[in-house]
Amino acid sequence: MPLLGADMVSGTLVEWLVKPGDRVRRGDVVALVATDKGNIDVEIWQDGVIEQLVTPPDTTVPVGAVLATLRPVDGEERAAAPVAPQPIAAQTPAPPPVLAPPPPRIVPPPVAAQTARVRASPGVRRLALEHGVDLATLHGSGRAGAVTRADVEAVAVHAAPPIAAPVAADGMRRAIAAAMARSKREIPHYYVASDIEVGAALRWLAKENARRSVVERVLPAALLVKAVALAVRDFPELNGFFTDGAFRPSSAVHVGFAIAVRDGLIAPAIHDADRQPLPELMRAIADLIRRARGGGLRSSELADPTLTVTNLGEQGAQSVLGVIYPPQVAILGFGRIAERPWAENGMLGVRPVVTASLAADHRASDGYRGARFLARIAGLLAEPEKL
Amino acid sequence: MSEDPIRTALLQTLVDVAPETDPSKLRADRPLRDQVELDSYDFLQWMIRIHDVLGVDVPEADYRRLSTLDDAVAYLRGHLPATAQRP
Repeated sequence: MPLLGADMVSGTLVEWLVKPGDRVRRGDVVALVATDKGNIDVEIWQDGVIEQLVTPPDTTVPVGAVLATLRPVDGEERAAAPVAPQPIAAQTPAPPPVLAPPPPRIVPPPVAAQTARVRASPGVRRLALEHGVDLATLHGSGRAGAVTRADVEAVAVHAAPPIAAPVAADGMRRAIAAAMARSKREIPHYYVASDIEVGAALRWLAKENARRSVVERVLPAALLVKAVALAVRDFPELNGFFTDGAFRPSSAVHVGFAIAVRDGLIAPAIHDADRQPLPELMRAIADLIRRARGGGLRSSELADPTLTVTNLGEQGAQSVLGVIYPPQVAILGFGRIAERPWAENGMLGVRPVVTASLAADHRASDGYRGARFLARIAGLLAEPEKL
Repeated sequence: MSEDPIRTALLQTLVDVAPETDPSKLRADRPLRDQVELDSYDFLQWMIRIHDVLGVDVPEADYRRLSTLDDAVAYLRGHLPATAQRP
């Protein structure tokens, strides 16, 4: 069972798309796996012949468990390899099934604990809980100072709105909570931000788009992603993974592109974003958005991002300070592109401007380099024809 | 009037890209963006749907002329390819 996200603990094999004896090639989709992020197409990581399907459908197994064994193609000596070559899976017996952590709940205020000595009937306590009223703060008007229903109702009007009944977070929410909590716990974030004037970029894009059919048009988001992908080539300390106490830069640039979906957010990889011409990059983004919302993301797209870009779009806020998705070490946030006063050469004008913010892992880089990175992005956007 | 085929097709394309849209609640004379959540990606998808269904390739420079439903209907009526004009 491949690891398809920083805090994935287990996955459910939904369906096999291959059978024993099938010849498979690296990148083929071999199984459908249900995770907190929806159903994912799992790709195989090497060529071979499927030997045995170890995990039957509708089975939940921990990350690292062997899903199937693979016989290398003739001439290779290795006997068997797990579908997802997680080292622990090959040698050690599969760990006992790991239960997903209990779903986090919205914790009601600990009324019971604080009010242990407050005199109140169970019905009154429940009423207080429903209205978010702390009984300890009330002066009971009942017998022996007991808090009455009327006492609670009197303050309930002024108290915070009734708290929602405890709701179990759904899978996507839980996955986001786990990954972001881990990020804030482990990653010493630093932040730098710059306003970037994008008049030249937008004019160039409008001219290009005027020549294109509607199906080939490129949105500013693709331009921003391309600029980030090209710029980060020269800032390897922002592109890669921090694992086992050390930073490992990535030679490839796979940009995680944050996409809002019904239940939350997902940031699958645009593979080799630095090497794709803009129209291809735009198609890749459109394809990712479609599959993120409709299903069909691939395992490599979830596992591969080497840094993330979050683009709020034209209806978003002015800037966004991201939370790094572990084990990545950087997230670049773009606010909305909007006209703003812009001073240049002693003149004040009105220009389209976007605020680019970088949140990066201080274990891998420093603010000085982060700031240089933003300057490089600005430089690239000033010469859009080179993107 | 209420059976205007362009309007009907346009509403359908809008529902295609923004399924939560309730056509009966849309005010045809108010900006669509105030009533339907369309980011630039969704708007481009809408333009592509219009291209597929009505055969009109709306240039970016004309996007502002489709800000309300009434405006969009008028614009498209004036830009339908000759073969698709009413009999």
